Amino acid sequence: MRKDPFNVVVTGVGGQGNVLASLLIGAVLVDRGFKVTIGETYGASQRGGSVMSHVRISRAHQYGPLIPPWSADLVIALEPTEAARVLGQFGNPGIVSVVNTRPIHPVDVISGDATYPDMDALLGKIRELSLEAYFVQATEKAMELGNPILANVVLIGVVAGAGLLPITAQDVEKAVTDYLSPHKVEINRRAFLIGMELVKGHERI
Amino acid sequence: MTMSLISLDSPGREVLLMGNEAIARGALEAGISVAAAYPGNPSSEIIGALADVANEMGIYVEWSVNEKVALEVAAAAAVSGLNAVVAMKQNGLNVASDFLLNLNLTGIRGGLVLVVCDDPAGISSTNEQDSRIFARLADLPLFEPSSFHEAKDIVRFAFEVSRKINNVCIVRSVTRISHARGNVALGPLPTTRPVPHFDTSKQLSSLPAIVSHPVAHERLKQAADLIESSPFNCYEGPETPELLVITCGSGWFFAREARDILGLGSQLGILKIGTTWPMPENLIRERLAKTQRVLILEEVDPVLENNVKEIFADFNASLPQISFYGKKSGTVPDSGELSPGLVLGIFSRLTGVALPSPEDGYRASASAALGEFSPMRSLAFCPGCPHRASFWAIKKALALDGRDGVLFGDIGCYGLGFLPTGFRQPKTLHAMGSGTGMASGFGMLSRFGATQPSLTVCGDSTFFHAAIPALVNAVHHRSDFLMIILDNSATAMTGFQPHPGSPRDAMGSEAPPVVIEEVCASLGVEPIVADPFDLNDAAATVYEQLQRPGTKILILRQECALVRGRKESRRERIRIDHEKCIGEECGCNRLCTRVFRCPGLKWNCSVSKAEIDEAICVGCGVCAQICPAGAFVKEGA
Repeated sequence: MRKDPFNVVVTGVGGQGNVLASLLIGAVLVDRGFKVTIGETYGASQRGGSVMSHVRISRAHQYGPLIPPWSADLVIALEPTEAARVLGQFGNPGIVSVVNTRPIHPVDVISGDATYPDMDALLGKIRELSLEAYFVQATEKAMELGNPILANVVLIGVVAGAGLLPITAQDVEKAVTDYLSPHKVEINRRAFLIGMELVKGHERI
Repeated sequence: MTMSLISLDSPGREVLLMGNEAIARGALEAGISVAAAYPGNPSSEIIGALADVANEMGIYVEWSVNEKVALEVAAAAAVSGLNAVVAMKQNGLNVASDFLLNLNLTGIRGGLVLVVCDDPAGISSTNEQDSRIFARLADLPLFEPSSFHEAKDIVRFAFEVSRKINNVCIVRSVTRISHARGNVALGPLPTTRPVPHFDTSKQLSSLPAIVSHPVAHERLKQAADLIESSPFNCYEGPETPELLVITCGSGWFFAREARDILGLGSQLGILKIGTTWPMPENLIRERLAKTQRVLILEEVDPVLENNVKEIFADFNASLPQISFYGKKSGTVPDSGELSPGLVLGIFSRLTGVALPSPEDGYRASASAALGEFSPMRSLAFCPGCPHRASFWAIKKALALDGRDGVLFGDIGCYGLGFLPTGFRQPKTLHAMGSGTGMASGFGMLSRFGATQPSLTVCGDSTFFHAAIPALVNAVHHRSDFLMIILDNSATAMTGFQPHPGSPRDAMGSEAPPVVIEEVCASLGVEPIVADPFDLNDAAATVYEQLQRPGTKILILRQECALVRGRKESRRERIRIDHEKCIGEECGCNRLCTRVFRCPGLKWNCSVSKAEIDEAICVGCGVCAQICPAGAFVKEGA
């Protein structure tokens, strides 16, 4: 871990498996002896709203459930406009962004009350506001596996493959068994390995 | 989700638990026999976690019909010598309070801990009431954990106090404790439980109150002696701080981090209070004697603040002049949540130590990106949610009826009907079951010349929770109104808990479902059942019912899309025929996207046509019924 505490924001839209992604990361790191605190935002936000989990990892201290403003070290975004939303509150020149490029249009965009930003400009802005940025087609890969929800674990694979968090396929298997369900180990392991694979040869931008 | 971990018999092992799971584990470590609740965020996972391990742990867990009954069920165990836990959200405590404010006067014989989870800022609530006031109202001890780990230990301690004083103890959590996860070290689990026995030689009655009330006061005094030295109250900082911060709940984490970020360790002391009623008077007095500036940091109401000031007033002859900062002074906002940024700002202003300075232009650029690249994301019903279809049908029927009908709303996912996602159809939103009560009342007003039809929507779980008495009232008084029961076969908003209409109970055992139709019929109202996904039929049925006099009941029945999604894949594959969709030229005002607003749709601006988002659409097929051009094609699953 390059900083202590290491502050991670997992963000996305309600229903994308954001809470589960932060839980898997936390479970792995607690098993590795870290103090991990996760603050979750859900409830009504589950219904199509922006969802954010704060994951705070430390060797020494149990930190609070919310990251102070402008103090995240890594953003894992299941949706690209949500990455921009996080950078605008928790970003800093040292932040690394791992972003699923598949857009989910807010109902406000669907209805025409708001517009979805131009994708190239959006990704360019994320790149500009990050020390490093990884853009991956996680939903498309997850749909190939049969369920778009697996994009969350694909992204954890990217994070692990890029060496941003110490997580292995074995760790994911154990965490899924302990915290989720033994029946879901195989599909999540495959999603994780796809993420690891995606990052190989991916140029750091 | 981490359900199985709360029953692990591995004392000393650290696991990642949610605050609510830690509370559940604390109850298990205290040796509970019974747990009961009605679900409500942010409290739902407590009893949910216990339900999942009920058979394994040999405890009885139920999702009760409402919070008052949950407390009564738990109290029956506690007056028989057992330990019982009951959990609820802040609104639920209002429902349970009638019983609570009598139970406190009779006391109990075992242990009973009432966990109330407040929701500062109302993240998943209609209000942000501060439930701590109930502890004072009921003369009951109050505990407030400051972390997930403490949540476990404080519940166990609350049981000890409860058993010693023979009365209920209240534990108040908040969203940032209940819905946070962190390392929790497991303690030992008990191996035996007492056999319940009700001592019939003594009666449990609060009568006469003039006698029982002083007994409650005496029990509270006993609690004061027990809590004064508890480890949940602690001070950290210099002996004579320039600024003393007194805090509780989630304020403690934020205060410690803000102190460290600003480097205030040598001037600022933090006094954390875990037992907020009665207050640890000696400890507070001792710390007040060593400072002249006090900041009280807490969420929602100035409860801690007023209690500290009361102690200051009582002992002011022996205390220095003190300036108090808190909600009264305007230093701390008197509504909403605390946050690290908020606390950093307060500390900086009070100490004159500047906030860490921003990096060259980054923050300005990032903030600008927020506006430009992060479009608003309003809450909406899920793709395939039957409520969207139901409100569409209601909207159509009310328009056809033309008498400006009033739809009284109620609590549940369908509360979102208030927003554009439900076409803003409900005109009121208050408490569980209030829609039926108000619609019943409005239905009586034609005698004064009211001409607007009266309607209400009510979920299946809400029906059992609080709507039945209001319905009985309406039938008996011949109120003219239409009750529309939105039956999605789940307590969906809080995580699909079973309710009395479900075929299984909290512990997974078969349970006789109470059938809504039969309940209604027994009151003399034969309900009509329709499928909201059959839009035209549903709208026509609502319209027909509105034309009939008396109390009418329509059940719009279709399973929650999330529940269905767990069991089966998408129903239909929907394709849009781009020959038929003529976009803005159509004259439909983009009915599918601008009005119906399903998240499974997209609007392609460049070609001005609707599209399906394959990753989101669940194939309910409702959009195919609203497109006047017939551009939506169902292609089978």
